[in-house]
Amino acid sequence: MTENEKNPGPPSVYAKEPVSATRRAALAGAGVAGVALAAFGAAATYNAAEHKESTPTSLTGKDAVPFFGEHQPGITTEVQDRMHFAAFKLTTTDPDEVKSLLKKWTEAARKLMAGELIGEVTSQEAPPKDTGEAQDLSAAHLTLTFGFGRSFFVDEKGKDRFGFKSKMPEALIEIPKMTGDMLEAARSGGDLCIQACADDPQVAVHAIRNLTRIAFGTATIAWSQLGFGRTASTSQKQVTARNLFGFKDGTNNLKVEDPELLTKHVWATAQNSPGHKEWMTGGSYLATRRIRMIIETWDRAPLREQEDIVGRTKIEGAPLSGGTEFTTPDFGMQGRKGPIIPTDSHMRLMHPDQNNGVQMLRRGYNYTDGTDGMGHLDAGLFFIAYVCDPRTHFVPLLSAITKSDAMAEYLRHTGNALFAVPPGVKDANDFIGSGLWEK
Amino acid sequence: MRKSLYSAGALLSLSALVLSGCTPNTANNASGTSADGSITVTASDTECKVGASEVKAGKVTFKVTNNGTKVNEFYVLAKDGLRIISEVENIAPGLSRDLTVELAEGEYTTACKPGMVGDGIRGSFKVTANPDAKPIAADEQALRDQAVTQYTAYVKDQTEQLVTKTEAFAQLVIDGKDEEARKAYAPARLHYERIEPVAESFGDLDPALDAREADLEQGQEWTGWHKLEKDLWKPSAAENDGKEYKALTKEERKKLAEKLVEDTKKLNEEVHADNFKLDVSAIANGSKSLLDEVVKTKITGEEEAWSHTDLLDFQGNIEGARVAFEDVRPLLEKKNPDLAKELDKKFKAVETELAKYKSGETYKFYNELSKDQVRALSDSVDALSEPLSKLADAVLS
Repeated sequence: MTENEKNPGPPSVYAKEPVSATRRAALAGAGVAGVALAAFGAAATYNAAEHKESTPTSLTGKDAVPFFGEHQPGITTEVQDRMHFAAFKLTTTDPDEVKSLLKKWTEAARKLMAGELIGEVTSQEAPPKDTGEAQDLSAAHLTLTFGFGRSFFVDEKGKDRFGFKSKMPEALIEIPKMTGDMLEAARSGGDLCIQACADDPQVAVHAIRNLTRIAFGTATIAWSQLGFGRTASTSQKQVTARNLFGFKDGTNNLKVEDPELLTKHVWATAQNSPGHKEWMTGGSYLATRRIRMIIETWDRAPLREQEDIVGRTKIEGAPLSGGTEFTTPDFGMQGRKGPIIPTDSHMRLMHPDQNNGVQMLRRGYNYTDGTDGMGHLDAGLFFIAYVCDPRTHFVPLLSAITKSDAMAEYLRHTGNALFAVPPGVKDANDFIGSGLWEK
Repeated sequence: MRKSLYSAGALLSLSALVLSGCTPNTANNASGTSADGSITVTASDTECKVGASEVKAGKVTFKVTNNGTKVNEFYVLAKDGLRIISEVENIAPGLSRDLTVELAEGEYTTACKPGMVGDGIRGSFKVTANPDAKPIAADEQALRDQAVTQYTAYVKDQTEQLVTKTEAFAQLVIDGKDEEARKAYAPARLHYERIEPVAESFGDLDPALDAREADLEQGQEWTGWHKLEKDLWKPSAAENDGKEYKALTKEERKKLAEKLVEDTKKLNEEVHADNFKLDVSAIANGSKSLLDEVVKTKITGEEEAWSHTDLLDFQGNIEGARVAFEDVRPLLEKKNPDLAKELDKKFKAVETELAKYKSGETYKFYNELSKDQVRALSDSVDALSEPLSKLADAVLS
């Protein structure tokens, strides 16, 4: 026992200042007191968080992702393993309340990403501001990414909801119905969205839970989705992940190491996104599809069929035209019965060469939502892509995958949403979507 | 809708592929067998190194790696260098593929075929006696031919019956005899359901005939069975996304009914065409695909959203799968009699489960079944589907 733990100082319930110790530091304070003491002084155990200085974000541990920046975090950030995605419906009709919510979310998001608690404990009689389940956990590379749906701007009849209709970018379209769509209203759309990604699922869930709590009275959760494993990589440092078909997914994904391609295909500008609005500069468009995989029938398909559908070998992930995973596919190579990479294979149809060179930054997750009552897993891919313009970079590819792709046989699209993701929050005086309020 | 297994046919037609001449390969007796007993074959654009030139009779696996720049193939031929025993194709540069084949004692010829043209790079290969190996049927090719002949005839017969019944159904629709048309609807479709994977192999015919409303993309014209189904059963607004259902006009109906007949006739012509060829792999995989159809659209009640005659479709799929299985069964009995026995048992279980809902010549409506009853059907289908997915490999290797 250390001196401090014997004499923990005044109980935290009387603390008047925000608890600004990181969750990680708090843990260190309790367990490896000596280290913590050096940083926080004699009374710095978690329960006695009485110190007055706010810990700068930059000092909050190795696994915190910076919140402020030109772009929102959670787009080119190395894809974390876990996700909790939530879409919200605004219940208010007052644009000032919307602004107030966005400011509160901004402040909370900054703290959450830094691994801090979102609010101080002020009274034994009041419910704690922070729900507490991430208390002993690190920042876990949490990123929070916010977006605005078409229904934020206009209602079903196209009527202006909050006075922002003139700021609605043209790229924020309604996604047209696709072949075989089985979209469920309860898994689609939304006025606002938050994508929470982290190394630890509890950290991601904690973030959504607390942000939802902050929103009560102004916005309410419309639907949410948990993802348990990444199916994409956004950095060359990451190995290619596998989807629930057992194949490597996103081999040719856009990567942070190629900023020119990101500028061209991900960040919206007047050049790459006609009908662009200034407040979206530095932003992007986030398209989601909840794609259930009929994995039971897939698992019964011969390996040859599986590989022909994907266009790659299962284990190595090499194109069927040969080589290794990152070998450029040769779509012209002929096999016994036509192209060796079949014309209806997934890789061919999704390849930039077949799509006017357009590329998406994919950031999807494997999901399992229990079973369907027929003894089959409700499992699949929660597809996420960031693009500069869904009209050129998403809808044509979606149309191809639903209509011509041999894989469509094993897929069922159950959810759909599109959000305009504004640029990053610049500094402590800024907030998410602040450009909407600028003249 | 599904993409064809047939057009992507896995097995090269076993008809004559004349390979003549003889280029000796560079194989020797050096240690070319892997730890798992397979024989490594290293192919390039100019060489075909077979890791062993002699093995004992039984199941032999060749691991073929293409180190060349051209697409390669590997063949095991009879001693005469003409008759193909087995082959693996589409080995792209840098990739490896396995070929597993059961070989009886005797002399054989191996060949790599870089670029898929010419005679290939040949070598001789010897299989020695093995008292532990199962005897191999000499008449295997005859059994394959028989399976293909029988199943092809079945497909042709089904499309012929489909044309007849579709014509009768269409006439009832045109004449406005709705009650009779409703009765004729599912029994006609039964013939389609029996051979669904074949029908689906002809590009746009399947969507034209069998698309459900949910299958359409924005702006796509809807034709075929299910549009007429909807008009014959006329959903209430509640069943129709809250929208009042607008009945088809007499002219619209006539046009649709005539197109249905026309497309069905096209299908019939396709399966009667000279270039319509099935192989054992397609038949065995087709059996599995029919069960996939049950899992994907019948169990969910999506196929017949308005008529609720899904159980008759269900019967069609199962009957079609059973016929395909029976046609390849003589091959299976020789290679894996246990699997034949298991499939028999599981087919019977599904048939028994389905028979519970039989009512005269037809079935109960699917929406009359309880959740537990649907689950029992689903479980029996899964129990059959899993071993059925092993059928193709079992009859081919």
